[in-house]
Amino acid sequence: MNNTKSEKGIAGVIAASSLGTLIEWYDFYIFGSLATIIATKFFPSGNPTAALLSTLATFAAGFVVRPFGALFFGRLGDIIGRKYTFLVTLVLMGVSTFLIGCIPSYEKIGFLAPILVLLLRLLQGLALGGEYGGAATYVAEHSPEHKRGFWTSWIQTTATVGLFLSLLVIVTTKGMMSKEAFADWGWRVPFWISIVMVGISIVIRMKMKESPLFQKAKDEGKTSKNPLKESFGNKLNFKFVLLALFGATMGQGVVWYTGQFYALNFIQNTLNVDITQASNILMIALAMGTPFFIVFGALSDKIGRKWIMLIGMLIAIVSYRTIYTKMYDSGSVKAKTEIAANTKATTTTVADAKNVGDSIRTTITNKEYTDGTKYVETKKVNIHADLTKADEKKDTKIDKVANLDNGSFWSLVWLVFIQVIFVTMVYGPIAAFLVEMFPIRIRYTSMSLPYHIGNGIFGGLLPTIALFLSTKAGQVNEVAAKAGTALPYDKPYLEGLWYPIIIAGVCFVIGALYISNKDRNVND
Amino acid sequence: MNTVKKIAGILWIAIGIYAGYILIVTQAIPKFSSPKPEDLIPAIIYAFVLTPIIVGGLVTFGIYALQNQYDSTEE
Repeated sequence: MNNTKSEKGIAGVIAASSLGTLIEWYDFYIFGSLATIIATKFFPSGNPTAALLSTLATFAAGFVVRPFGALFFGRLGDIIGRKYTFLVTLVLMGVSTFLIGCIPSYEKIGFLAPILVLLLRLLQGLALGGEYGGAATYVAEHSPEHKRGFWTSWIQTTATVGLFLSLLVIVTTKGMMSKEAFADWGWRVPFWISIVMVGISIVIRMKMKESPLFQKAKDEGKTSKNPLKESFGNKLNFKFVLLALFGATMGQGVVWYTGQFYALNFIQNTLNVDITQASNILMIALAMGTPFFIVFGALSDKIGRKWIMLIGMLIAIVSYRTIYTKMYDSGSVKAKTEIAANTKATTTTVADAKNVGDSIRTTITNKEYTDGTKYVETKKVNIHADLTKADEKKDTKIDKVANLDNGSFWSLVWLVFIQVIFVTMVYGPIAAFLVEMFPIRIRYTSMSLPYHIGNGIFGGLLPTIALFLSTKAGQVNEVAAKAGTALPYDKPYLEGLWYPIIIAGVCFVIGALYISNKDRNVND
Repeated sequence: MNTVKKIAGILWIAIGIYAGYILIVTQAIPKFSSPKPEDLIPAIIYAFVLTPIIVGGLVTFGIYALQNQYDSTEE
């Protein structure tokens, strides 16, 4: 390839473009990582599950809008160039993130608060939709053919490192202040920090040059006048857009979100592990797993992209239920032996300051287990002076927190690490794979859409759909238990996994049948 | 292999239609008729985002497969 740079030059290009992409992922994920606290600040309080679902819906809104960002910015990137387009997405993301950290709570400005959060979250989704395709294309168009998988895999690390960084900043911020201060205003700090990082990245990106292949095409007048029409209105190209979506990105998206977000949700909400301990488990697993993006990216230059991605998907499909059963056995207090003699329970009753005559009874139960795990259950019950207002479900709030012993902690780290390895197999080579599928003149548009539908929609909706499936299984079991019949679901907490298993299964078959292992040309 | 790819096109069309049925009949419609406000967003996502992508995408993909659009040239 005549227009590619020396390896030293490419390293600079990678560093500059990866930094911006990493910050965009960081911005995007702090919202998800702080979902629970955001729910209490911006959505009408009452039922905590409703608040969590509201946030997940907002989270989903951030994902659903991503393909629109891919279309809008992809088109710009194919017309005016990669460099300026992903500079705009960076600014949009940075400003939106900073502003989310500045919105007054629901208690102060009412429904305007959740509406503003939703709008800014939509802008974040749009920006992210435009960023990734630009960065991947930009790096691939600088890389020599025989190392394209290796160089683009650095861009692939940014999503995971961005998630890691978001957790690190949150845990560090929490460690620097009291629990109350973090819940009051400290949660805003990770959003504010973003503006500094984005500022630095903008300065670096301003100094970058346009992609050599795009510049050449532009100089020769070979760029597209209407990339949307050429990408999706032309059967010859659209069939590859569909193949990229159903044969690669759809499965990759669900494997990515299961191995990282679903794992974190499962540890926090099903195993009730303390939030800091849960974040630490994920951070260690991510740190251990991230180098494998590069390993599998480089390997794809030697043996092809297709089978590395598909084997990663296949192993994930067949092992998810076993892994999550083992996670449950390692982390759930229901699978541990309680030391009954050490159980302590204290009950206090105080007057309800908000409702005269009512009172709140709080029972704190401390339990210890033979492996060293400690568990605290805080049960708050509103007692109404007017008994006609009593509603057992609404009046009772139970907060469960488990602090795991060392052995259980490291078991969970290992089990999440295995899932991160699946992620690196399917995700490491995919940027090079997508770039090689489409021609320069419509590459940004054509690769961005299937990536963001696969990742953003199929992957991004995973927490919501999986939560729905496992909650429904739990409810069906509850009904059966009350009726005294056999429980239909042996392990209801595993039911959410059917979503990634089915999606990745269909994707694996399509990929295995239809994807070629041979297209390596990015110069056309 | 090209024959398998072609015949599998019928499978993708069938999966697309079945997924559309599941999404609309068992997910979106009950949620649209639910009294709970938090059900509205998932209903909209199922009906207007996931269904068009899965049904439209898989059916088109299946039709292309039946038309031998994905045949490999090496055979």
